[in-house]
Amino acid sequence: MKILVCISQTPDTTTKIKFNADQTQLDVNGVQFIMNPYDEWYALVRAIELKEQLGGEVTVLHVGTLATEPTIRKALAIGADNAVRIDTEAENALFTAKQIAAHVKTEAYDLVFLGKETIDYNGSEVGAMLAELLDLPYISYATSLQMSGTEATVQREIEGGKEILKLNTPFVISAAKGMAEQRIPNMKGIMMSKTKPVKVISPVAVTSQSKITKYDYPAEKKGCKMVSSDQIDELVQLLHNEAKVI
Amino acid sequence: MSVLVYAESLGGVIKKAAQEAVSYGVQAAQVLGTDCIAVTIGNPSGASELGKIGAKRVVDLGTYSHFDAQVYTSILAQAAQQLGAEFIVMAHSSTGKSIAGRLSARLDAAMASSVTTIPVLNGNAVEVRKGVFSGKAFATYELSSPIKIVTIAANTFRPEDKSSSVQVESLSVNAPQSKIQVIESQTVTGTVPLPEADLVVSAGRGMKGPENWGIIEELAQSLGAATACSRPVADVHWRPHHEHVGQTGVAIRPTLYFAIGISGAIQHLAGVNQSKVIVVINNDPEAPFFKAADYGVVGDLFDVVPKLTSAINRLKAQQ
Repeated sequence: MKILVCISQTPDTTTKIKFNADQTQLDVNGVQFIMNPYDEWYALVRAIELKEQLGGEVTVLHVGTLATEPTIRKALAIGADNAVRIDTEAENALFTAKQIAAHVKTEAYDLVFLGKETIDYNGSEVGAMLAELLDLPYISYATSLQMSGTEATVQREIEGGKEILKLNTPFVISAAKGMAEQRIPNMKGIMMSKTKPVKVISPVAVTSQSKITKYDYPAEKKGCKMVSSDQIDELVQLLHNEAKVI
Repeated sequence: MSVLVYAESLGGVIKKAAQEAVSYGVQAAQVLGTDCIAVTIGNPSGASELGKIGAKRVVDLGTYSHFDAQVYTSILAQAAQQLGAEFIVMAHSSTGKSIAGRLSARLDAAMASSVTTIPVLNGNAVEVRKGVFSGKAFATYELSSPIKIVTIAANTFRPEDKSSSVQVESLSVNAPQSKIQVIESQTVTGTVPLPEADLVVSAGRGMKGPENWGIIEELAQSLGAATACSRPVADVHWRPHHEHVGQTGVAIRPTLYFAIGISGAIQHLAGVNQSKVIVVINNDPEAPFFKAADYGVVGDLFDVVPKLTSAINRLKAQQ
């Protein structure tokens, strides 16, 4: 099995989010970046498990500049065999999907894995776009993947339920919680990651047709109105008459 | 030109999320000076009622054995071309998310997902807004391609009856062969799926054990709410995984969210902080959740929750 895992990096959830003066860009000073948890804990780890079971190779791919290299090294430390970095700043989801598709078309991957979404923009866009650009089936929100030769059995989440599907490789799959368990890189993995190959490739020309023009902060909460535990009728009246939600 | 809304259905019935998408599409069509056309697949019941929300036409694309994003994208792209779509809308649901990105790539259309605002015209471009960074900020997107696609956040655009039902038309399209075989499909019936629920009652470790959930279910029943839980509770299997809300679970934005015996870790807040009104019940006055709440009660949940259920039942009895 030749598996590609697309990894992204995002600010850590606990990081304070600030923007530049005209609020058009994230101020990255002091921001702790991490590998997107869905990519790391679920997509990457399941890909490595499949390789351990069935043999083959796991390649991680990241669209980003040199500054993102620690994220790639971490993926290699967890157990990916090699990496591809497309050397450009991701402009939007379709831009990113087109960069990845251009690379995938030059290689014969059996599976292309992603996390179900990133935890910063939660778009869940790149996987679907990539599948369409490659004219491949796309299974989103997968919680398990078992392989038998070229046939895959996948379980995926749908609103209020689940589906079990069968299909043949190649396809694109996005991983949700349940797919695998987080792996912490060990010392040997970290040492080996330093010598594993990272191929840097140039981006293809893509015209972006969407951009973020402005960021702003949500309105401050008015503060929490406390109700005594002996006055629960008052709480119900507030929800009914003031908040008008029941 | 038109605004095209894919109105998804589940079990042969138009979903609430689809009605919201049509409501959004009707408002977007006003901004763009055109009409809203709702497109359905599988001739679901409730399709002709989409006219009441304001869809000028409802067009069905035929019936297929199962959902496959690749097949649905192909037929929706054909519909978009035949119906002159310049703006395409769908719910930010598992189905919508699987299709919208594909359609964006196929039509080379710029997209924004989980938007919370009606588009604003800016020359040939439109601007829409969405929550980003776990609800810590909003971003305004400018989409400038000839065709634009948005998925819309749940529970944000209320369908209102403003017109009358319309006759469902059919449109013939060529569906490619599906490469996916569905072995089994399970949906929980009789309850509102959590991502679509208006009212949610959620509980956490403060419940002390799964055997105590009766009071939560009674409260949810008195409100007609869906039940949810925090991550630790799902991890130890006190509650099913699909109830887990938060960063690694489901992100929801109901109008009312009750957080009972949940401390309010940042990863949990990331999944619920776009709720309109948050009520926190916790015996620890220092629980971080109170900072994100609109109403709070400090007290023993085993005392407070049954009292709350009785009070709601009294209110309902008066209505």
